Amino acid sequence: MTTTEAPAGSPAAFLYRHPRARLTGLLALPMTWLVLLYLVPIVLLFVTAFWTTDSFTGNLQRTFTLENFARVLDPSQPFLTTALRTLAVAVSVTVVSIILAVPLSLFLAKIAQPRWRPLLVALVVTPLWASYLVKVYAWRTMLNPEGGFLESTLGFSTGYGWVAVVVVLTYLWLPYMVLPVYVGMQNVPPSLLDASSDLGARSWRTFRSVLLPLVKPAIIAGSVFTFSLSLGDYITVQLVGGKAQMLGNVVYGTFATDLPFAAAIASLTVLIMIGYLAAISRTGALENL
Amino acid sequence: MRFKHVTALGVGIAAASLAVAGCSSSSTSGGGSSAAPSASAYAGPVGEGEGELNVLAWPGYAEDGSTDPKVDWVTPFEKETGCQVNVKSFATSNEAYDLMRKGGYDVVSASGDASLRLVYGGYVQPVNTSLVPNYADIFSGLKDKQWNTVDGVNYGIPHGRGANLLLFNKGENKTEPTSWKDMWESNSPAKGKVSPYDDAIYIADAAVYLMATQPDLGITNPYSLDQTQFDAAIKLLDQQKPLVAEYWADYAKQANGLASGSISQGQGWQLTANVANADGDKVGATKPSEGATGWSDTWMVAKDTKNINCAYKWLDYIVSPKVNAEIAEYFGEAPANEKSCDLTSNEDHCAQFHAKEEDYWTNVYYWTTPTEQCLDGRTDVTCVPYKDWVSAWTTLRSA
Repeated sequence: MTTTEAPAGSPAAFLYRHPRARLTGLLALPMTWLVLLYLVPIVLLFVTAFWTTDSFTGNLQRTFTLENFARVLDPSQPFLTTALRTLAVAVSVTVVSIILAVPLSLFLAKIAQPRWRPLLVALVVTPLWASYLVKVYAWRTMLNPEGGFLESTLGFSTGYGWVAVVVVLTYLWLPYMVLPVYVGMQNVPPSLLDASSDLGARSWRTFRSVLLPLVKPAIIAGSVFTFSLSLGDYITVQLVGGKAQMLGNVVYGTFATDLPFAAAIASLTVLIMIGYLAAISRTGALENL
Repeated sequence: MRFKHVTALGVGIAAASLAVAGCSSSSTSGGGSSAAPSASAYAGPVGEGEGELNVLAWPGYAEDGSTDPKVDWVTPFEKETGCQVNVKSFATSNEAYDLMRKGGYDVVSASGDASLRLVYGGYVQPVNTSLVPNYADIFSGLKDKQWNTVDGVNYGIPHGRGANLLLFNKGENKTEPTSWKDMWESNSPAKGKVSPYDDAIYIADAAVYLMATQPDLGITNPYSLDQTQFDAAIKLLDQQKPLVAEYWADYAKQANGLASGSISQGQGWQLTANVANADGDKVGATKPSEGATGWSDTWMVAKDTKNINCAYKWLDYIVSPKVNAEIAEYFGEAPANEKSCDLTSNEDHCAQFHAKEEDYWTNVYYWTTPTEQCLDGRTDVTCVPYKDWVSAWTTLRSA
């Protein structure tokens, strides 16, 4: 390709001569989005958590107080336990997703015939084509302990509760784990696997010592999705969790009457997420994405 | 992103937040709590409609045919007045209150646990009842009550009243229950299949049960609980928790559970039983001997409505004898308009829902917002205010 000189005075020429303008043009839109619609709300959330409400009308009163955080962190109150339960759900969903996604991706990337791959990958993402609510309501119907689909065909249903929550959330977020892991496995050159077996390693050893370390960043990328999506969920819990509550439900239940307290609870999920990202950034996985 | 950076970002956000929170600590928000509301009602006359009306209503109150094509009183109103109606329904009084606070609605059907908060919060305006001709036919037992009138000023038009009933699956309950006890007592046969209402106001249902079972507590009004009485109610709710299958907020979900038998007993509305019985007679509804909580609803007008004429046309239309009769029958409540009783398709409707018997309503405790000043007139103690009800409920549900 030959380089064509832009005519002087054209916008392209202007941008070529002004690198700052180039950078501004590139980042203006995403930065506005990030700052106005992302960072500002998070700051406002934290700010709100230090306010209080009128005991009768529930209107915000902008007087500084630490009461909301004190209540969230008070061990005699149930909210730390709720946070732990929420964390346990997010971790379980992530672990189950990894256990399901790794062999599935291995099959898709290395074993399935190449011409079937696009179809198989399409099948993996089909759950994403239907609306979230439709899927969760479908699960609610299937899990019904009295005459639901699972109960009438398998003779057994988990009913509504924590197990159901983990099952349904795993169903919902599994594609977000499979896709990055599949791409990660595809990027592993077959020569490395061949070299491993040439040196005498059996399949399991090759998988554990060669393949798994190479796809670890992909697994961690997937875990960010499954973990964060599960952490903030409240609708699935409402529909299949019985009387179970996660942090999102506490926020949903209180934001109308006690916005500052809801904000304090929401800050807890933000903190957990920051902690999670910090932990995985220590593993160095984020640099390798 | 390195660990340091993540931490720094978190600290930065926290610091900025504290700065902003601290800066504005001296200012207070508008719509203060105890300020007596002062606003004037629309002087009228009700003229040409503005062409639009945004209605915030309990499910079943403003049906436009989308739930059931045969159930539609919004379309005739639109044809008659030219006001295009947008209906938004809500599940709890808190949701209604929150939506009204955010604005965008012209009229709202408010229960007693929302109406006064709306008045004192400054979100609704007084209603000039002389511009609502059908107001004349409203039962006098519903007029000028503390949940629709403040200092002699009317803030809305009574819509109808009902009790929160004991709903039960007939397969699970061979004989009709006459007491709430299976929803509260640990040895309940309905264990694991109980469905209470998911809102702080449900604490009053515990208080109603305590009024009958622990008279020593001296509860006379379930919305007026001092700390001892309140703690007893919370204890009862804790005792109930192992019995619970699901707390309900979506009546359709509860109807579904009751019909399938995954819920044996629940507290709920006649409407829920009607919906559950759409295919077969599976669910019964009764007001147990202990009494019940209930509602007496009021149509109110938003303070800053742009569609005031349409709003007044709606107020008059919705309590007109025929329409009020249709709603009362569909929802399963007692109508507010005395003349509605002659127009119900089931001619015994008013008798069945006790519209004319004030006696029936003596042990139905209409939803009211609890305040620090005891509503039952006691002055030697302070009562637990609504905010603490909400926070106790949040704790209970999260535990």
